[in-house]
Amino acid sequence: MTEAHAGKRFPRPTAVTAGYWEGCHKHRLLIQRCTQCEHLQFYPRSICSSCMGRELGWVHASGQGQVSSYTVIRHPVSKAYADETPYVLALIRLAEGPTMMSVLCNCEPESIRVGLAVEVVFERWSDEITIAKFQPSKGN
Amino acid sequence: MQRTKSSFRVLPRSAFIEMDTLRGKVAIVGAADTEVGKLPQFSATGLCVDAARRALKDAGIQKDQVDGLVTCNSFAEPYMYHAEMIAEYLQIFPRYCVTAAAGGGTTFSSIQNAVAAIVSGLCDTVLVTMADSLRTGLSREQAMLIQASTGHPEFEIPYGPTVPAFYALIARAHMEEYGTSPEQLAAVAVNARLHAARNPNAQMREPITIEDVLNSRMIADPLHLLDCSLVSDGGAAVILTSAERAMDFPHAPVYLLGSGEGHGHEHISQARSLTTSAALESGAAAYKMAGLGPGDIDVAQIYDCFTPVVLIELEDLGFCKKGEAGAFVADGHTALEGTLPMNTNGGLLSYCHPGNPGSMYALTEAVFQLRNAAGERQVRNAETALVHGQGGIMSSHATLILGKETNR
Ligand SMILES: [Zn+2]
Repeated sequence: MTEAHAGKRFPRPTAVTAGYWEGCHKHRLLIQRCTQCEHLQFYPRSICSSCMGRELGWVHASGQGQVSSYTVIRHPVSKAYADETPYVLALIRLAEGPTMMSVLCNCEPESIRVGLAVEVVFERWSDEITIAKFQPSKGN
Repeated sequence: MQRTKSSFRVLPRSAFIEMDTLRGKVAIVGAADTEVGKLPQFSATGLCVDAARRALKDAGIQKDQVDGLVTCNSFAEPYMYHAEMIAEYLQIFPRYCVTAAAGGGTTFSSIQNAVAAIVSGLCDTVLVTMADSLRTGLSREQAMLIQASTGHPEFEIPYGPTVPAFYALIARAHMEEYGTSPEQLAAVAVNARLHAARNPNAQMREPITIEDVLNSRMIADPLHLLDCSLVSDGGAAVILTSAERAMDFPHAPVYLLGSGEGHGHEHISQARSLTTSAALESGAAAYKMAGLGPGDIDVAQIYDCFTPVVLIELEDLGFCKKGEAGAFVADGHTALEGTLPMNTNGGLLSYCHPGNPGSMYALTEAVFQLRNAAGERQVRNAETALVHGQGGIMSSHATLILGKETNR
């Protein structure tokens, strides 16, 4: 664990989600696609949330998305998050369709708007865990 | 008999209880709140049984006349089998005994279930008693655990969200979609405080202005401290029985006319919509059962853990058009003398919010209003009341409609 992230709430990958976390480790944002109905979903599940199919594969998402909502957290949830406070918590609608929660970095909180185009960046927390965050797209 | 699929299919429809048969079949015959606020002299269990004692007294019955018990679990004093623990503590031996899963909407879901239990003969008289001591009863570890337990453990919590932040995402989306302003959000808090000022039991009674809300500490943009509900110790209880039995109690019965639930998601990042909630479904079901519409409601208690929640619920319950709730509240419609007096006890924003039991105060307040016993904050000629609860992060919704008469 790198010291900057000590004490944070580390995710614990499961058999179903391990593929996602391995993707993050390789700086790839992976979402699931159902081989039966082609439905794309996030977060990873053991079944397709559209057709209940059990055959799911990983697809490499573009990492592009749009802010569908955001907030600036001025009181960190715990000491481990104090150094980066204030931080921008956001819901990101990925270009592929599914929505995920993340944090926006490399930006001024005041510059964030709903609809802002963002792209994924990866932040290494430990040998096992790399977290997907987002920043304003270069084209902005 | 061999069970086959077709043996289920041939059962006549009348073999099932139809939901509309719940209408007018059960009444609330006892209701009481404990003291609320900072109550270090009480444990959470102590508050739970105190609420029970008060409600039994209000109903004029003895504890052994209760054969059903519903509680909710407590953060301060949790038990694996909470309702059984309260039954043991009171030395009652119910034949129907349930602990509600959480707070918010699940409180009213558990009421709906208790009503169905009475109608179907599982029990006759149900005590619903809920309490917690979030203000003075939590250890440091427990307080951290509550904060840390909200959100998806893998796909939300690592990002360091807080509960106000989750609701701020909803607020921002509503502002973006409908042009709702921070002033309109603040108007919800001002409305609540105005009513709390007339409630001698309320935790916060000093009047506040829109400016006070906007000048209070920013917690998670756009939510200020005064957009957030209180943290309290407290409990409340009601007693339910069949409409036939309800005639024999000291207070006029308050009948359940309609109920409904809706469940949209658990985690806000999975919400179908940030600005339309499952209150749409819970409200529609409750109105349908009651045979009433939003225009028939005389007083409403709308779950107000954070100000934006109230706006979305008012819209989804049909009290105003989508996107217009901000103006609806700011224009005074929800004041005591308005067209829809709302959160007449001061709500979670200004009366009290002890966590899981929070929705219970909406229910007891609706009873007090329909009994014409709400003192200084009484709504004139209140005949029907709607209470709405939501829990999780706009996740699980339940609506109850209550009335003084069954034939409305
Ligand atoms: Zn599928």
